[in-house]
Formats: sequence, C-alpha cells, structure tokens
Amino acid sequence: MTSTLTNSPANSTRISRRFAQLRERGELGIVAYITAGDPSLNATLEYVLALAEAGADVIELGVPFSDPLADGPTIQRASERALRAGTTLAGVIELVARIRKTSQVPLVLFSYYNPVLQMGLEKFAAAASAAGADGVLITDLTPEESAEYRDILARHQLDTVFLAAPTSDAERLAKIAAVSSGFLYIISRTGVTGAKDSMPEDLPALLRRARNATSLPLAVGFGISLPGHVSMLGGLADAAVVGSALVSEIETAASPDGAAWALSSRMRALKEAARHGLSKREAPTGVGK
Amino acid sequence: MVPLLELERAYESAKSDSVFQKQFADLLKNFAGRPTPLQFAARLTEKLGGPRIYLKREDLLHTGAHKINNAIGQGLLAQKMGKPRIIAETGAGQHGVASATIAAHLGLECVVYMGTEDMARQALNVARMRMLGTEVVGVSSGSRTLKDAINEAMRDWVTNIRNTHYLLGSVLGAHPYPTMVRDFQSVIGREAREQILAAEKRLPTHLFACVGGGSNAIGLFYNFLRDAEVKMAGIEAGGRGNGLGEHAARLAAAQGFTGARPGVLQGTYTYVLQNEDGQIAGTHSISAGLDYPAIGPEHAWLADQSRASYVAVSDDAALSAARLLARTEGIIPALESAHALAGLLERAPQMSKDDLVILNVSGRGDKDMDTYQRLL
Repeated sequence: MTSTLTNSPANSTRISRRFAQLRERGELGIVAYITAGDPSLNATLEYVLALAEAGADVIELGVPFSDPLADGPTIQRASERALRAGTTLAGVIELVARIRKTSQVPLVLFSYYNPVLQMGLEKFAAAASAAGADGVLITDLTPEESAEYRDILARHQLDTVFLAAPTSDAERLAKIAAVSSGFLYIISRTGVTGAKDSMPEDLPALLRRARNATSLPLAVGFGISLPGHVSMLGGLADAAVVGSALVSEIETAASPDGAAWALSSRMRALKEAARHGLSKREAPTGVGK
Repeated sequence: MVPLLELERAYESAKSDSVFQKQFADLLKNFAGRPTPLQFAARLTEKLGGPRIYLKREDLLHTGAHKINNAIGQGLLAQKMGKPRIIAETGAGQHGVASATIAAHLGLECVVYMGTEDMARQALNVARMRMLGTEVVGVSSGSRTLKDAINEAMRDWVTNIRNTHYLLGSVLGAHPYPTMVRDFQSVIGREAREQILAAEKRLPTHLFACVGGGSNAIGLFYNFLRDAEVKMAGIEAGGRGNGLGEHAARLAAAQGFTGARPGVLQGTYTYVLQNEDGQIAGTHSISAGLDYPAIGPEHAWLADQSRASYVAVSDDAALSAARLLARTEGIIPALESAHALAGLLERAPQMSKDDLVILNVSGRGDKDMDTYQRLL
C-alpha cells in the first residue's frame, strides 16, 4: 500500500487559506477542540460560534466514541456525556451544516475510525463535505491503511489530517506528511490527550524534524492549555491545539451560557498570547510553502 | 506505529534467533511444565456415549492456564528489546497472573490493568498478582471489563512507550500481536497433534476450544489447519440472551445473536459487537475471559472461509458443563474452558462413536470457585 502514499491534490479549503493568512501575519494559530454533543448539540453550536468569534482559527469537532483510547480522562468523560445525550456521527454532520449558516470558521471532524466505517466512507465524505466540513482527522487510522479513505475524501475536497507521534523519525514524519493535507498534527508528548503544566523538552527538536520533512503547516497538540505554552510555540509551529482545557471549561461550567463565556475568555487569552507573545517576535524567516 | 514496527522487527528476528528459541523452549519445559498431557477422558466418553474424547490439559500449566505460553514468549521479547517494564490487561486474571509471573521470573517491572468488575469476580487472581510484586490498576471506565482494561493499557503504552513493552494477552490488537500471540500459543496444537497420533494412530475428527479473543483456540487449531478432515469449533459466550449487551457472541449470528458486524476496535479489523452508529456494545458473560466485544481477526477469517465453525453457549450451559467435568473426570475447569465443553455437549448427540475429539481445557477453575459456590 505504501506505493500509493502521495500528497492529496492541491486544495484551497478554508483550512489552507487560514494557515496562509496566519503565515502572512507571522502569527501562531489556535486550533480549538471540543467534543460535539457535550452536553448537547445545541450547546456545541453555541460553543463553536463563541470560540470562532473569540478568534479560534480552526475548530475540531470531536465525534464521541465509546472507546476513546487516545484520550485522557477529560475527553473520555466528555465522550460519555455526549453519547448519553444521544450524539451520533450523523448528528455531528448536521451540526456542521447549522454552524455554516452563520460562520465560515474552518472545521475539522475528529473521530475514531469505526463510526465513520459503519456509516460508509463514501456516504460519510459526501455528507461531511455537503454540510461544509473542511477536513477529517481519524485518530486510529494509520497512513498504511488509509489509501481508500484518502481517495474518497480527496474526491469530496476534504483535507485528511494525520497525527505524528514524537517517536517518529524523519522518514516516518515524511511518510505521514505525504498523506496529510491541510496541516500536520504533531503530538507534543508520548501519551494521551490532557492538559499539562509544562511542555516537553524535546519538542523543539521534534518540530525541527517535522519542518525538514514537510512544508505543511504544523499544529502541535496534547497537553497545551495555557497562554504560556502558546507563547513558547511561536516560531516553532504554525498552530497550537487546545482541547482538554476547553472541555474542562464545559465540564465545570454551571450552564451552557456560562461555558460559552468561559470558552470565549480562554480563547481570547490564548489568541492574545499568540498575537503578542514570543510567537510573533520569534517568527522564523523562510518557513513558508 | 513506530513501536509496533519495532516490535515486529524484534519478533521477526527472535523467530530465527536460536538463543531466544532455546530460552523459550527451556522456560516452557522447566518453568511452565510443558508438554501438557493429552488425557483420554474415559468416564466423560462413556457418559456421552458418542465420540472418544481427549482433553488437552493446559489447566495443568504453571499459573493454571495456557496464558503462560504467550507471557513467556513476550517476556523474553521485552528483555531482548531492552524494555525493563511490562504492562498487561487482564479479564479473568489468568493473563495478568501469567504476566506477573514471567515479570518476576525475569526481573521486570509489571503493571496490570483490570476492570473493577473483573477484579471483584476474580479476586483470587488479583491477590496472586500482588504477591508476585505486580501493581494491579483497577479500571472503572466503560463496562469495567476486559475491553476497558485494554484501552487503559494502550493509554499507558503510548505514554511510556520508550521503556515499556505491552504484553497483550490474546490474538487481538494491531499487527504483529495476533500473529505473534498465535505463534507463541501454537505449541498447544503442535503437542496435541503428536500426542493424538501416538495414542490413536489417527488425526482427531473434531477440535473444541472456547473463544474470547481466541488465543487458546487458535493455539490448538493452528497446526491442524492443513488437515482438511479435522473440524474445528470455537465456542463463544452466549451469556444470558440473544440481545445486544446480553452476550459476547461475535460469530454466532446463525443462532440469533445480534449486533456483530465488521468494524475496527483497538487496532483490529474484525467482527465487533456494536450498535448502528458504530459505538462498541456492552457485553455480558459469566466468564470474565470471554466477556469481550471483538474476536481475533484470524478467527473472523476462519469463520468467513468456513474452515472453523463458531457457536455460542449460555452461562447456564457453561456452569452445568463445569460441574459435569468435575464429577466425571475430577477436573474443575475455568469457566472459559467450561464453555468449550458445553459446546461439545450440545454437539455430541449428533456425533458417532468413530468421532475423535480433542477438547482444550485452557485453564483450571480455582479462580472461579466463588462463582461456582454461589451458582451451583
């Protein structure tokens, strides 16, 4: 299957356009993850609009799964709440269409493979694309097994985002980048999702390896929660992915409106760090496409 | 992926490494107690009045089940890869005990993940693991059984990947696990084939084994796959009913068990019990070792090829079978193995005196005494 590992056709999804704008401004982007349907799809609609309004550059909508084995306790609990509320993949795709009525924020569907497989790859891609999704990230699909999936998504103008683990050497990074479009998701540390206090020491080296392997934008996730983390990534990456920290705000808020307010203020603080922190000053030269 | 590729390379090199193979053979013989007997079950044969029945006595192995075969193989592999720490999941606790045992024997650190429901129903095995110096971590997410223990072990593995080997206990998970675990367990069928030819001068007509993930079954079946005349039956957990959530029967749709379709769980494409939206279903079995929503991919293939047949038997049938084996042969089987016997009991009336059966007694029943005392 490795012989079919090639770059997806050049595309101009909202994702690529947003990263191009960020590069022009020398600004670090913020990718926001929340689990769709936690605690309801109506609430998620409100959260997405609040995050977009507060400056989120890309929003990842997590499709809840019964066995989220790449996720830490925070997102596991969010998935359980969303499933208890009756959330399905079809419902999340409908939510994308509702978001598109008022917002053009780039949207990535973030899912485990089985729900997508059960819907059927063709049906899924057609529905997601028609609803206005821009890309898809499947946590438990490896590049080696992804040929059919990529062909189908590419035909529907959907970016295929893949995860690159910190154990990846240059060769592996190149292989993952070759099947990715939109951006490459760099996992900052070995482990599962979840907020951490500090960033791993070997992250800069990992990001340099990734830069050498691809011209795709690099988004760094797993463990990022604070404006300080965002500042540190400036010049090293193109975007920071913040997930569990946002999901925690939803979990602890007294009401959906309270959660929307908390998400909005946290996103503003992160964007502030991205615009005015180290990120701007250390913006590299000659990194563009 | 990188750790899986590293594991695959290490395993491929171990296959042709004479030092590794010698160590493995030595530990199987002198530590685990192989070969295990193939015992003619005279009173059971007489009682059923049909086929001649032989029992492959994996229950006599050190730690009490076939799980030690694979644990020794992977323990040695962890050592060869320079990983000082092993982790494992366990359902019935037999794989956890086997992992704890080989870890202690080889001087490795060991952590075992176990669903809290399983910890309650297999308390003896929890105590054994702790005495062996293993840390047992209770998993209270999801259904609090084997599936959730595997999720948690995988989370540990991706976090501590650099110093840790995940000693997966069944023919599940991503490549190379299903192949590697099968190979380590194939000693069961290799011995059984020689033993039956020595005792009866012919091949068996039927093999019976229980199937959770399916490691004892594939271990018995593998060396008979080319013998087209040998029929193979994998017995699944029929639990307490046909509805989704009441059983763990992935390949027994013909018997009316619902909810199994091809899907992906924990890195494996196989038959998976799930709802229409692709969410993994809850399962029920009285046997913790069979209480799992997916089946090893090689069993799915054997079923699709009609090379092996898969049927499910109920909790109650397994309990009765356990009592029957205890009273006819003086062997108290594990609840898992009792399912295999229950499958044979259902089939026996259609079998003839010319039929020759090997039934895998994959483990002993000490761990299940609480359940037996309560329900029998």
